[in-house]
Amino acid sequence: MMILKVNGRDHQIEAEPDTPLLYVLRDDIKLNAAKYGCGLGQCGACTVMVDGKAVLSCVTPLVLLVGKQITTLEGLGTVDRPAPIQRAFMEEQAAQCGYCIPGMMMRAQALLQRNSKPTDQQIRSALAPHLCRCGTHMRILRAVHRAARMMREAGNSTAGHGSPS
Amino acid sequence: MNAPLTLDRRRVLMGGGALIVSFSLGRATAQEQASAGAPSRPGSLARAPYLDSWIRIDADGSITAFTGKAELGQGIRTALQQIAAEELDVPFESLTLVTADTKLTANEGYTAGSHSMQDSGTAIQNAAAQVRDLLLEEASRRLRQPVETLRTENGTVVNQDGMRLTYGELVAFELLHVQAQSSSRLKEPATFKVMARPIARVDIPAKVTGGAAYVQDIRLPGMLHARVVRPPSYGAHLTDCDTSPAEKMPGVVKVIRDGDFLAVVAEREFQSIKAMSSLAVAARWQESARLPKQRDPREILTGLPSRDSTILELSDPAVTGQRTLEATYTRPYQSHGSIGPSCAVAQFTDGAMTVWTHTQGVYPDREAIAEMLGMPLESVRLIHVEGSGCYGHNGADDAAADAALIASVLPGRPVRLQWMREQEHAWEPFGPAMVTRLKASVKAEGRIADWQFEVWSNTHSMRPGGAGALLAAQHKAQPIAAPEPKPLPLPEGGGDRNAIPIYSFPNTKVVHHFIAEMPLRVSALRSLGAYHNVFSIESFMEELAAVANTDPVEFRLRHLKDQRARDVIEQAARSFGWTKDQTPPTDHGYGFAFARYKNLAAYCAIASEVGVNRDTGRARLVRAVAAVDAGQIVNPNGLINQIEGAIVQSMSWTLYESVIFDDTRITSIDWQTYPILRFNAVPDSIEVHLIDRPGQPFLGSGEVGQGPAAASIANAVANAIGKRLRDLPLTRQRIKNAIEA
Repeated sequence: MMILKVNGRDHQIEAEPDTPLLYVLRDDIKLNAAKYGCGLGQCGACTVMVDGKAVLSCVTPLVLLVGKQITTLEGLGTVDRPAPIQRAFMEEQAAQCGYCIPGMMMRAQALLQRNSKPTDQQIRSALAPHLCRCGTHMRILRAVHRAARMMREAGNSTAGHGSPS
Repeated sequence: MNAPLTLDRRRVLMGGGALIVSFSLGRATAQEQASAGAPSRPGSLARAPYLDSWIRIDADGSITAFTGKAELGQGIRTALQQIAAEELDVPFESLTLVTADTKLTANEGYTAGSHSMQDSGTAIQNAAAQVRDLLLEEASRRLRQPVETLRTENGTVVNQDGMRLTYGELVAFELLHVQAQSSSRLKEPATFKVMARPIARVDIPAKVTGGAAYVQDIRLPGMLHARVVRPPSYGAHLTDCDTSPAEKMPGVVKVIRDGDFLAVVAEREFQSIKAMSSLAVAARWQESARLPKQRDPREILTGLPSRDSTILELSDPAVTGQRTLEATYTRPYQSHGSIGPSCAVAQFTDGAMTVWTHTQGVYPDREAIAEMLGMPLESVRLIHVEGSGCYGHNGADDAAADAALIASVLPGRPVRLQWMREQEHAWEPFGPAMVTRLKASVKAEGRIADWQFEVWSNTHSMRPGGAGALLAAQHKAQPIAAPEPKPLPLPEGGGDRNAIPIYSFPNTKVVHHFIAEMPLRVSALRSLGAYHNVFSIESFMEELAAVANTDPVEFRLRHLKDQRARDVIEQAARSFGWTKDQTPPTDHGYGFAFARYKNLAAYCAIASEVGVNRDTGRARLVRAVAAVDAGQIVNPNGLINQIEGAIVQSMSWTLYESVIFDDTRITSIDWQTYPILRFNAVPDSIEVHLIDRPGQPFLGSGEVGQGPAAASIANAVANAIGKRLRDLPLTRQRIKNAIEA
């Protein structure tokens, strides 16, 4: 048994230590946002943040996460109180099927937390590990730019929750 | 379409009118079919004529709309809700929409072919309008006031004194359990409050906050996790498998072996994956080298026996051309490549099977699964739950069958089954390889005199009709043979979809070579044959325009009568800044393409700018400008989203994608061996211009962009490098070879 810190809460996890974080998030903690896409670290659908950095949860075993702070999309905000990145994706209608989107959002959140004013090129480079099959890329880029603006306007680039507009 | 119509309820009650009231049925069921000889009703009302199959209003005023179509990630849930709210005169948020479920909704077949708005949207629009009229009639009867003095507003009927009766007060079961009339008193587009507006999609908030949004997110009490071990290649047989090590692994509940069908069920998901890996090591398969020895579609397809049909022949011997051009175009096998591998949850309880699935056809798939399990149809229920985008017939139906077969031996326990990435890539039915051969002559004045088009293709749909289409049924000890492939009939067509040119030529011959034998497992991929046929026609039109020394946009217009077609072409050219004497920047090229999907649905024209790196051969779409006419627009933002997505996805198919295989196995089994577009190659900009046609039929926009995007990009590449590439995909290596040739 180990303690896993997810979205600011401690969870007691009973799983084999080689279990990838993705399955613990989905099956033990019952979170939906991180998705199984390839299990190979090739598509980005499973991305979450560990100590503020974007990490592919499908290839990260539980044993490496002792004492780390894990943040999933659920930890940023809710439907009623969305974080800037979530509001931005809603306002840009930046999804078709949406399966890849939570992973993209976590990568973008990690980028915006360390660089509140990324260039278009920096956003494209940051999102390079992520695949979207519906072809929503243009909207995803617009949403990340919008989120960056919102976070700058909020005056705090590490803010999770945004103020309602 | 807006002709006035008076529904006379007294005549209805007497059974003398066009409405047939059916009081004899205790409860409305979605499956009630139209009586023979009934007048043709709009959209899917023809298949499911009862109004309460589409719209139900409860006494508390709550309203539910029903569709037999499924949300595939394209926003139809929102669009259909807009239509229902508009025609019922209720706020958008006040109604609930139920999507494809064999227990609740009408049988609308598959959600495919850009038919959702046309079939279901039209049915809901007409049903809602007729329901509104019935409510007005009922209010008129109760108030003893003429119906002309009443109006609907916000879920109520209002009279001239401002007196209101809510829909809930007015409704009674028998009021809406009537068959629809063949025409409806639809609202005037100018009065729309909900339709034709960019209403935010209802599914996005949950998707961006971690709400349960997909079949993958279903968690039922006591749910088990399953994985299948698929054969390593088509036709491989399981000769031996020591299942005991896997059975002893932590959490493993059961190993299931049924002929060549091998699966494992465990308490936890990762336990099932570990056990699957152990089983895969233990399994001994007898494989056979049955795949084509090489990958050139020309070699694969034109050597196979074909059934040939001439699908168009026009002849005017008086017209002949001076300069003749011939060209052959090819398209490889391509993957749907859904980001989320296929998944289903199944539960077998008290002799009844329930399957939650992202299938495109709950009714046809139910039939197939019932047949596979030898169960009566009534004991099987399929409920559509969204999966990852599918773009056609991917592994969804097979995963549903896998889950059902596994659950059938574990009564009482819900089973969640998800495919692994390599299973989706190796076993999904691919978009078929195709070959087209074109020949045309141009007259001195720059017009095409004759046009010959031949297309070689497999079928473009092997969707379940019977169980034999399902992998699990094929792999069982008592296998069910795969059904005979059939060509899809025109006018929509399959391999010949959009093979008939929309342009008018004095002499035209179009031949479809249908190839029954399928070396690779194939089925429907977004736009079917239209992707390659439009790529071929629109590439060849630019080749011919060059022969005629004419601007390619002008050349197209010269052969085109349809005004709506001309409008999208002119709009796209104007917005792009297309001019006859344009010069692209160095190593850039401009290209244009146009199609009317299936020659009977939406119109789309796309102008592109492509940049080519001459050292690496890599091509990148820099910008694209599209113009679209999809009839009456329901949600402009949703329509733009579809076209943007089509351009980007088709660009990926066109520049990068082909399924690879050796003589035995599919070898493109992940994103490294089957690379697709990544963010570094995303265009700088995509502009989509909409041409609204208020009051015109919905045309559906899900697939219209695929062909024009491909040809527009190919034409821009040719413009950039001065050489024509006719084999898809236009890879870096092929472009480099062409530059260096």
